[in-house]
Amino acid sequence: MKTGRHSYPGENKWKGLFYLLPALLIYLGFTFIPILETFRASFFDWNGFTEARTFIGFKNYINLFSDPLFLKAISNNLVFIIFYSIIPILIGLMLAAILTGQPIPGFGFFRTVFFLPQVISMVVVGVIWRWMFNPVSGPINQFLSLIGLDHWRQAWLGSFEYALPAVGSIGTWVQYGFCMVLFLAGMQRIPTEYYEAASLDGANGIKQFRHITIPGLKSEIGVAMITTMIAALRVFDLIYSTTRGGPGDSTLVTGFLIYRAAILNNRIGYGAAIATVLTIIILALSLLIRRFMAEEKEPA
Amino acid sequence: MSIRWKRLLPRYLVLIVFMLIVLLPIWGMLMSAFKTDTQIASSPFTLPETLTLENFKQAWTVGKFNIFFKNSVIVTTAVVISSVFLSTLSGYAFGQLPMPGKNLLFPLMLLGYMVPFEAVIIPLYNWMDALGLRNTYLALILPQIGLSVSFGTLWMSTFFENAPRELVDAATIDGCNRWQTLWLILWPLAQPATTTLIVLIFMWTWNEFLLALVMVQTEAMRTLPVGLAFFQGKYTSNLSLMAAGAIIVALPTVLIYVIFQRFFIRGMLGGAIKG
Repeated sequence: MKTGRHSYPGENKWKGLFYLLPALLIYLGFTFIPILETFRASFFDWNGFTEARTFIGFKNYINLFSDPLFLKAISNNLVFIIFYSIIPILIGLMLAAILTGQPIPGFGFFRTVFFLPQVISMVVVGVIWRWMFNPVSGPINQFLSLIGLDHWRQAWLGSFEYALPAVGSIGTWVQYGFCMVLFLAGMQRIPTEYYEAASLDGANGIKQFRHITIPGLKSEIGVAMITTMIAALRVFDLIYSTTRGGPGDSTLVTGFLIYRAAILNNRIGYGAAIATVLTIIILALSLLIRRFMAEEKEPA
Repeated sequence: MSIRWKRLLPRYLVLIVFMLIVLLPIWGMLMSAFKTDTQIASSPFTLPETLTLENFKQAWTVGKFNIFFKNSVIVTTAVVISSVFLSTLSGYAFGQLPMPGKNLLFPLMLLGYMVPFEAVIIPLYNWMDALGLRNTYLALILPQIGLSVSFGTLWMSTFFENAPRELVDAATIDGCNRWQTLWLILWPLAQPATTTLIVLIFMWTWNEFLLALVMVQTEAMRTLPVGLAFFQGKYTSNLSLMAAGAIIVALPTVLIYVIFQRFFIRGMLGGAIKG
């Protein structure tokens, strides 16, 4: 951003500030200062009501590393990265690989559907999948009975063993269409001559995919990885509307732990420390996106 | 069958399978909204035998979705209009106007786009509580504007930076001041960028859950997603009613998405790429 490039002779150098100010003030008051305040609160022991807050330095952070709840929550977030990020990217790449080459008539319709889970409220997604996973009347168990796999029926979301992968697979359902659309948009940049030349040289489909498609999609894969990872780290609405962290703490995630600790149980400092850790991880990932994009010099 | 179709058919089959996986659960929920619970259990994905809106009527009145809908419309309208207006001004400031400290202010605004709501929710909750502003529209609207203008400023500044320089110069020579240049010359050109911003902020606000969950205690102030979540807790066995509620929550965003698809996908991908 070049300062002053746009000014006309004799124009007030501060003019832009008047246009920026309304947005900036709301942003500072309701986003930026709260971020700083969360950070500050993480160094205190405070219940949110009394005037007295005790400064305890890094104690909230130190405690986190021996806190079984936090460790459980963060490890569940890591499991969610597999379901939200890795599996959808593999499915997206596979679909993109299948669609390499000539255009598919009617593809616009498919794209509309594939993107649909992205626009639906996660609470609605939770309602839909609680029904799908319902142990008695849910379509998934009904389907298993239908194909003779009665012994595979589970109380999916109510089971200590299966609740986490069950909720995780909802994340896969939400994300793979997004990955696919992202990759297909990227593939339009790869010149078809590359594939033609490769075919002439005798490279088969798999080789073409490895040596042309994957390198060509490098930046899209990076973006998909990071946005879906952030989604996996931030997951809250879906947990609230499916399992509320249960059964036990088997689907507890950091977002839900922050809510439970700071809002429901008034452990402000503790919740703020978790929120700060989560924010730092997400910021680091977001900066990685920007690095990826800066390298590629791609028009947005 | 032509050779072309022989090559296309396997691709279509794979596409259709993955499309059905996305579509079937949504389709099933839509169909359930028109059935009774026993019908849902016996044949979840078939078309309803009779077209009755009874479930919707029940959800709308007994389930109080009429109130949640009204709240969502008020909050979303206020957030979208203010955010888009403020973002146009601030984006213009970054993209076109002389301003001190641009290099500092830009990353400052960018931060808000990258942090999760969890980073701000605890102090916001305490402050709104102390000010007695919980259970008000303001508590839902102001923080949402704060986050929205962060993305909006980045989005609009990209447009204004790339706006044709000659046009702006010509307008200035013709005697337009900066305010007039913005609204008379550039604003009409900004329609695609603005449309994308409107649909994205609409979707984010309509679907926002954590903020509304934390700020609102009374049933009368709940927005649709929070209303649905509590409804689910209360009528856990009444699936047909819940399906109708879920459809009421999802329908507006799906409709807007289908109508403005081009803008939506560009914004989502562009937003991700802009980071």
